[in-house]
Amino acid sequence: MKRGNEVLALQAIPPALDVERLREDFPILKLKVEGKPLVYLDNAATTQKPRAVIEAIRRYYTTSNANVHRGVHALSDRATRGYEEARARAARFLNARADREIVFVRGATEAINLVAQSFARPLLRRGDEVLITVMEHHSNIVPWQMVCAHTGATLKAVPVTGAGELDLAAYREHLSPSTRLVAVTHVSNALGTVNPVREMVGMAHEKNIPVLVDGAQAAPHMKVDVRDLGCDFYAFSGHKVYGPTGIGVLYGKREHLEAMPPYQGGGDMILRVTFEKTTYNEIPYKFEAGTPNIAGAIGLSAALGYLEGIGRDAVAAHEQELLDYATEMVGNVPGVRLVGTAREKAGILSFVLEGVHPHDLGTVMDHEGVAIRSGHHCAMPLMDALGLPATARASFGMYNTRAEVDALVEGIWKAREVLL
Amino acid sequence: MSDLRSLYQEIIVDHNKHPRNFHGLADANRAAEGDNPLCGDRLNVYVKVEGGVIRDIGFVGSGCAISTASASMMTESMVGKTEQEADVLFERFHTMVAGSHPPARPGLGKLEALAGVREFPVRVKCATLAWHTLRTALKTPGSAVSTE
Repeated sequence: MKRGNEVLALQAIPPALDVERLREDFPILKLKVEGKPLVYLDNAATTQKPRAVIEAIRRYYTTSNANVHRGVHALSDRATRGYEEARARAARFLNARADREIVFVRGATEAINLVAQSFARPLLRRGDEVLITVMEHHSNIVPWQMVCAHTGATLKAVPVTGAGELDLAAYREHLSPSTRLVAVTHVSNALGTVNPVREMVGMAHEKNIPVLVDGAQAAPHMKVDVRDLGCDFYAFSGHKVYGPTGIGVLYGKREHLEAMPPYQGGGDMILRVTFEKTTYNEIPYKFEAGTPNIAGAIGLSAALGYLEGIGRDAVAAHEQELLDYATEMVGNVPGVRLVGTAREKAGILSFVLEGVHPHDLGTVMDHEGVAIRSGHHCAMPLMDALGLPATARASFGMYNTRAEVDALVEGIWKAREVLL
Repeated sequence: MSDLRSLYQEIIVDHNKHPRNFHGLADANRAAEGDNPLCGDRLNVYVKVEGGVIRDIGFVGSGCAISTASASMMTESMVGKTEQEADVLFERFHTMVAGSHPPARPGLGKLEALAGVREFPVRVKCATLAWHTLRTALKTPGSAVSTE
């Protein structure tokens, strides 16, 4: 009992990150832009890669490259083991029940398309509803529009409040007898809002409605436990968790994955092929047609290992501290309006500066070596709902510092000077 | 700072803060809507053409400083021009901001303040949005244009 308390106490106060030291692990952070040190604050778009990831990919190509699940030779065995170890690591990362609940895909976008085509499309009938939210990224909107167009189902969206939070009462009302699926983002890529997905899954499951969670913006910032969330599907992208591009993960509950038809046809997804009949492989291979992104999976595995080595709680605490600091400092600049002021946020600060278009702000910032994103953040319906054509967005990663937040603030002052 | 000022010259900042001809046109006989979906820039250009000459021109919309200033300065440069002259201006302007061999003297007067845009490739489409929209308005009245 006493021991348990001690463990809890340790978990409650994560160790502080040695940011200066971990920055040494990211070669790109030494770059200069416009003669000034790079201040990379576009982590919601993609994160930079630690040497561990770059090295893992280099090592794979120099020592293990072969196709997986095929040859009997040593290299194929090595490649297969690396690939399957990556799957096991991803399963542990999400606390999945089994490795076979992890399907490797190109990224969160492909994961959602896979669920839309293989899970939703056979299920949906005219008059059925798919429920998303107004704050979704286009990748969690368009696949559902496509599947609705094919099936005659209707796409509905839960509104957001002025602060950028989901209207939970409206969500409950939207869960109708016609709702066949809920697809919701864990963390808004445009606003940073953390949605109460555990509660939302619970409400949907009361009505036997399965739930897909888009975790692209959550996986880098917080511990994700799919069993605790209870969701049916969870998607994230490797390149947003310090891994390579072109690799991502779809978690699906075993019973769903087993019942679903394949997404694409080809090699590796079959057990036996004749011209009369093809027997599909077991999960997850049924969903991994063709030679997969082996190097990508191995790079992703290195990234997840790196993130866990640093400590996800420590990363979350550091980013939260940075976000709080940035919220205060940016919010204090005259003319700045913060966009998205949810009570629970992760890693993202969206804002507008009165009289200065976000793109001009982005150009001035770039001139100062500060990389931010400006635009609609692939969330046009959300921007419409907020009545904004675009925002400027700073998004934080484990390697960002208070000094970089200061550079962001100086950049905003510079934009005022140049443009107002 | 120096090349940032080459993009955001005083005249550009001024046209952004106080855009000229920033209004609709009740008696317009040509109009088009322009849209840069990736930026969220959107504007409408209205033109009154009589006997092949641009008698009046206005625009409304929202966009960045570059697109707003470019639209504003374009409208100033267009009043009294024939459709052929407008075409020539379009070509010269396009060559100045996006052409592979821009002339040392583009012959564009005040509009040359926008020449710095060519050093910022991602911003070129901001500068050309109004121009593409005007061209569309003159050629195919009433249709939308996108520079994406």
